[in-house]
Amino acid sequence: MTDRPLLSIQDLSVEIVTRRGTVHAIDGVSFDVAEGETLGLVGESGCGKSMTLRAILGLLPRGGRVTRGQILFRGTDLLSVDKAQLRDMRGRSISIIFQEPMTALNPVMQVGEQIAEGPIAHLGYPKKAARERALDLMRRVGIPDPARRFSAYPHELSGGLRQRVMIAIALACEPQLILCDEPTTALDVTIQDQILKLLLELQDSSHIGLIFVTHDLAVISQVCRTVAVMYAAQIVETGSVESVFAEPRHPYTLGLLRAVPDFDKVKDMLDSIPGIPPDLVSPPAGCRFRERCVFAQQDCEVGDFPLLSVGDDRASACIHWTQCRDSALTDPVISIGQSSDPGKASKAGSQAGI
Amino acid sequence: MAEAKTVASLVRPAETVLGRARRRRSPTLFAGIGILSVIIIVAVGAPLFTSYSPVTPHPLQGLLPPSGQHLLGTDQLGRDVWTRLIYGARIDLEVGFLAVLFPFIVGTAIGCLAGYFGGVTDSIVMRAVDVILAFPFFVLVIAIVFVIGPGTKSIYIAMTVTDWVSYTWIIRGEILAAKRHEYILAARALGYSRRRIIGRHLLPNVITQAIVYSMSDIVFTILTIVTLGYLGLGVPPPTPEWGSMISDGQTFITTNWQLATIPGLAVVITGIGLSLLGDGLADLLRPE
Repeated sequence: MTDRPLLSIQDLSVEIVTRRGTVHAIDGVSFDVAEGETLGLVGESGCGKSMTLRAILGLLPRGGRVTRGQILFRGTDLLSVDKAQLRDMRGRSISIIFQEPMTALNPVMQVGEQIAEGPIAHLGYPKKAARERALDLMRRVGIPDPARRFSAYPHELSGGLRQRVMIAIALACEPQLILCDEPTTALDVTIQDQILKLLLELQDSSHIGLIFVTHDLAVISQVCRTVAVMYAAQIVETGSVESVFAEPRHPYTLGLLRAVPDFDKVKDMLDSIPGIPPDLVSPPAGCRFRERCVFAQQDCEVGDFPLLSVGDDRASACIHWTQCRDSALTDPVISIGQSSDPGKASKAGSQAGI
Repeated sequence: MAEAKTVASLVRPAETVLGRARRRRSPTLFAGIGILSVIIIVAVGAPLFTSYSPVTPHPLQGLLPPSGQHLLGTDQLGRDVWTRLIYGARIDLEVGFLAVLFPFIVGTAIGCLAGYFGGVTDSIVMRAVDVILAFPFFVLVIAIVFVIGPGTKSIYIAMTVTDWVSYTWIIRGEILAAKRHEYILAARALGYSRRRIIGRHLLPNVITQAIVYSMSDIVFTILTIVTLGYLGLGVPPPTPEWGSMISDGQTFITTNWQLATIPGLAVVITGIGLSLLGDGLADLLRPE
């Protein structure tokens, strides 16, 4: 192992030209993922989480291009390698698990063949060996009776099994990095729990780096060690999951955490962050969260708000982060993840079946 | 173990297309298959169903009415009409099938490329399609056959040149819709080559429409062959072929009406069979 991270994104900016104008979909995003580490990327819809993943794979939508920055994968800038080389890295070195396995699996192809396809296409496996490999992978991701499931079509499988198939596909070529684009959002909670456990187990055994994109804070707390909170195309806060969730130092993070319903405190109304995220075609000057922020002051209206260190491996883009911290300390946000007993959850999961 | 068993029983085994057809009880499909199988069996086994030659003339036995010896009578050269009819089925079915197969393959391939790559490729292909569609179909076919000379080869060439546009049109549209699906993005994200994505991921999802269309296209192509035969541009005599049988028989329509009518009926029945099969296939291949 070297000291350089598996994936290092530096000052990445992406613009997408649309009919409405140029959307600044990602604006100066930087983060690192080490081997065997899991980074959680959290934020609301449209904040640029999924676009970041697509930028890593070089699969920006039509009209999209990287305007600035670097995506270093094991020291190689993915933005400067040629197309064929990047294509070969996709699926082989960097893999992805999509949110909705029903739509991300080919409806007219047997699932076993879909798993076997990666080894055939990337590793030059002959058909028979690829089939054996697929059966192995199906066992590894906990698909019962793989020989029989091999020839099933996606619509014949349950949601949980389909997501297991997706994971098997992602693992098929032993990648070093797997991008997870809300892999559990479409599943019910017991299955979600099983899938998360499976991902963690696989990561443990094969030392894969994971980037976990989700808007589910509970999921983040369950699988990630570090978290990056995205808002309006920028990262506004980073740090270890425990410290960020226990004591947020950006008002957006605080708002997100307050918005999580708490079963112990029954309220008439769910808390929410007032207002809507800014339009990314013409993002406002100053802090982008300013208009929705309770701590906003005059000095939030102009200038750039880069991530600044706010102590022990933490960074925040808020210049009034101390106020935010104090507010979190006086009225503690609920502690996600710590209240749920993982042992209990896994039992519930296995009882529910697949 | 017990759990695995119950889970396994929840999964339906992969169903064959025929199994699905039976479950859906598609009378259209089975009627189409029935009619066509009879025609194909009779055509393939033609020597078993007649003792006459379809080409040897018997000048002394011309224009006989239907009888026990000649089920449908004889034509002006004394050839048995039933014999010519079933040997003619061989030619018409074979040419009809092949004359659809070539444009099917060419048109599908071009449609895939145009739909997948879009942009300039798509513009060029679609302008070419427009040009061919702008010509009246028969004028173009007749012109090509006339230039190359009558015969099956020129029919294949003429049909390929004119008919690929239908398949390109269908497949391109389907690809445009299908390539937006997430599983195509997934295939790209997994680093598969464009050839693999088009061939293994897109094509199986879009080919259904082209297959269904090809069934009615065979009907249309057989009509074209018959028309060419009627105009004397089809399969050269004395090879039996329904179109030339109709055109030869029409001189005698007042005295021996069956000479022109029977091959006409054969065309109609084959057409009905293929249309039923096409409709049935459309039902069958429609996703659940």
